Amino acid sequence: MTAIPVTTRKDWASDQEVRWCPGCGDYSILAAVQMLMPELGVRRESTVFLSGIGCAARFPYYMNTYGLHSIHGRAPAIATGLATTRPDLDVWVVTGDGDALSIGGNHLIHALRRNVNMTILLFNNQIYGLTKGQYSPTSELSKITKSTPFGSLDTPFNPISLALGAEATFVARTHDMDRGHMQEIFRRAHDHKGAAFVEVYQNCNVYNDGAFEKITSRDARSSMLIPLVHGQPIRFGAEGERGVVQRPDGRLEIVDVAEVGEDALVVHDETRDDPGLAFALSRLAAGPYEPTPIGVFRAVERPEYGEEMSRQIVRAQERLGVGDLDALLRSGSTWTVE
Amino acid sequence: MATGTRRETEQLERVVVRFAGDSGDGMQLTGDRFTTSSALVGNDLSTFPDFPAEIRAPAGTLAGVSAFQVHIADRDILTPGDAPDVLVAMNPAALRANIGLVPAGATLIVNVDAFDERSLAKAGYSSNPLTDNSLSAYRVYEVPMTSLTQEVCKEAGVKPRDAERSKNFFALGLVSWLYTRPVEPTLEWIAARFGANPTVAEANTRAFRAGYHFGETAELFTANYEVRPAPFEPGEYTQITGNQALAWGLLAASRLAGLPLFLGSYPITPASDILHELSRRKEFGVRTFQAEDEIAGVGAALGAAFGGCLGVTTTSGPGLDLKSETIGLAVNLELPLIVVDVQRGGPSTGLPTKAEQADLLHAMYGRHGEAPVPIVAPRTPSRCFDAAIDAVRLAVTYRTPVILLSDGYLANGAEPWRLPDLSALEPIDPAFASEPNHVDPDGTPKFLPYVRDPQTLARPWAPPGVPGLEHRIGGLEKADLTGNVSYDPENHEAMVRWRANKIAGIAKTLPDVEVDHEDGAELLVLGWGSTYGAITAGVRRARARGLKVAQAHLDFVNPFPLNLGEVVRRYPKVLIPEINLGQLSRLIRAEYLVDAQSLNKVQGVPFRAGEIEDAIVKLIGGAR
Ligand code: SF4
Repeated sequence: MTAIPVTTRKDWASDQEVRWCPGCGDYSILAAVQMLMPELGVRRESTVFLSGIGCAARFPYYMNTYGLHSIHGRAPAIATGLATTRPDLDVWVVTGDGDALSIGGNHLIHALRRNVNMTILLFNNQIYGLTKGQYSPTSELSKITKSTPFGSLDTPFNPISLALGAEATFVARTHDMDRGHMQEIFRRAHDHKGAAFVEVYQNCNVYNDGAFEKITSRDARSSMLIPLVHGQPIRFGAEGERGVVQRPDGRLEIVDVAEVGEDALVVHDETRDDPGLAFALSRLAAGPYEPTPIGVFRAVERPEYGEEMSRQIVRAQERLGVGDLDALLRSGSTWTVE
Repeated sequence: MATGTRRETEQLERVVVRFAGDSGDGMQLTGDRFTTSSALVGNDLSTFPDFPAEIRAPAGTLAGVSAFQVHIADRDILTPGDAPDVLVAMNPAALRANIGLVPAGATLIVNVDAFDERSLAKAGYSSNPLTDNSLSAYRVYEVPMTSLTQEVCKEAGVKPRDAERSKNFFALGLVSWLYTRPVEPTLEWIAARFGANPTVAEANTRAFRAGYHFGETAELFTANYEVRPAPFEPGEYTQITGNQALAWGLLAASRLAGLPLFLGSYPITPASDILHELSRRKEFGVRTFQAEDEIAGVGAALGAAFGGCLGVTTTSGPGLDLKSETIGLAVNLELPLIVVDVQRGGPSTGLPTKAEQADLLHAMYGRHGEAPVPIVAPRTPSRCFDAAIDAVRLAVTYRTPVILLSDGYLANGAEPWRLPDLSALEPIDPAFASEPNHVDPDGTPKFLPYVRDPQTLARPWAPPGVPGLEHRIGGLEKADLTGNVSYDPENHEAMVRWRANKIAGIAKTLPDVEVDHEDGAELLVLGWGSTYGAITAGVRRARARGLKVAQAHLDFVNPFPLNLGEVVRRYPKVLIPEINLGQLSRLIRAEYLVDAQSLNKVQGVPFRAGEIEDAIVKLIGGAR
């Protein structure tokens, strides 16, 4: 195998004109990914981007890699077939809140619990963009949209809680306003063995502009985003003056560090086997208008599905030899007619 | 063990035996063992397992009756038989549910122990048919199977309740004596199958021997019978069901193409046995994936195909509905994909364990947009092996999803199969793209994923991993050659036509449909799929009456073989029997403008030869 060629962002961009609305958050996510790829030590020909349907799902067309723009919600299922048969490939799934959590909810949770080797980037803009502005499974309750002129009645999903509940081994959140953070999280997700799930808060400036502004705008970030750093006490604010403590009943609460002392803060451990604390962290904010944790919620090791599938084959072949079809055809009762 | 020599052994050309009992009575196992020992004797045979959808319906009720019919003969036969010569009924419900199929004069062997008042009432009998003279048209043998089994098992220390479960082996022993089947293979099989549980093995062995001896010694039967070996072509044979043949055909095709097999499936009756069989075959490098749903099953298979594997999904009607969108995607992506539909009675959940051919138009047209796919349809259980290879060959050569239509009757039915010479099978060339196929004006080599092979009109298959061939494909309409997204109207029509012409062009490579012609024939009987046996037997009977009939049967339903138009126009009349309300007949009428007549039956069971014969007589019998 030849050495991995040195590449630049340009090598990872396809010749197709990018067609998202001007100002869409998808542009900055694309840029973050294209700029990160040369640093990952991977080959273009061994990289595959798959997607379903939606604005986010156009992503593969813009990557100069192998790509498959499939049908609504099904990308994790299609990626499962690819990733389990081609362990040599880097498989990325780009999806949105409607694609992954509505029509494709079933495939998402099963890909996560099986721990199939794929990196899932969920662009969450809390709206249906491609179909021009209906509410999505992550839209806030009572949202007024074209399909809910009297307000939506659906309680939204919390994607991080959902992924944790689906036994995901890697769960993280980032947002489209911070390229550095995105790249750090995408790199971690890529390097994770098994299914990695990343929620990316993404602004749809046409149908849901400013959905995350209260927490992701430059001024708000320090007081509204809670960075999760493995092994560190969970604290935030310009001076780190606020922090997270756990109450005796298990509840997490945001406090002034000065009041409780640094030792009282919860120390973040993304490798905890029990997902309970990660789940509690995912519930800390009721929505993107309260202080919200970002970063890696959970990163644990568990056997990867495709590898286990291959192992069963190797074991069977060690035990029985490579399958002999002539012998198999004769494995039942046979008789000979002269 | 001596074979029955005390009395006469009469020769029979053929016999149809139907074993019927409660779902829990092991009738499928009993029938299957009788079939195997008949195969070992060298009889031709055809089987029809007929069981309820419920796993365990209440014991002793009509709903819980499970039956297995087997037809054995000293010559080639085509169907499991129109009517049983012998019905073995383990309880009143089994008798009541099946007596309607049994013609007068036939033999009934009943487990008289089960004909108590409660069981009679459960089966809905107000009086005991064994004593009320209602069975006077039959030769009835009342055998106390339960008590005799319990008695022989007692000596081995088996409790009566446990021994009762072995009574099906008593019945098997008795019928084995009646038809002079060899006993050793069954005894060996019992030892192997129940070896882990010596008490059960002992009870079954004792019950089987007791049944055999009962036939020999009880002064009940005046004779026993022999069905001599049928004349088979020389070769090595095994007995095979359609689902097993299909699974093995996929293994063979995977080897012929040098493509690892990936099966993405969701459990569904009557297709699950293909998933089970392939799941056991890891040493062949098979990856089986029990998906979260039907959609994921086909999706994963398509993903595997994108990666350069042989992607297969297996299902039945309800699953085919769910897979439609992904099949449409595969049509657009132009990737090889095998979709096996083991048809059952529909619509909706319908009749899960019964056979029907009513998914043909679904396979043809059940996708939005112009989305043609080739359709392959095996005619007998063993031909499922060949159909699987044909389907893979078409899928790989033409980069297209292929639908293989089996059905519940083929899936579970068994027949003798002459083992093929695997080395004689033609390899399948996946012909993966390995280098750029285009040079830009500026001299840069490029890979265009939608450049077509001039012969097949197929596009290149370029799984990830090859530098320089990176490309993006998807469900949106693609520009000719480049595969880039295109909304251009002219381009869309061009692409729709490319895809249609590609599938239509397959006809050039298909073998002509063979016609079993008779000079002066006024009628062609045309069929597809599992009706082959009944149609052929019905045509033979009509010919025996002196009627001039031709017969043809399709193995490929889409596209039609090139000579089919000429064939259907050659005869004044065309009859198309189908287990649906007339689906092939619509296609034939539309395609060739011939006045094809439909013969339809939708009862979840195959045609009987007599029904085909009657229809032929009705159409041309009067003309003689
Ligand atoms: S509709 Fe919204 S999400 Fe879609 S491209 Fe436009 S701005 Fe982006």
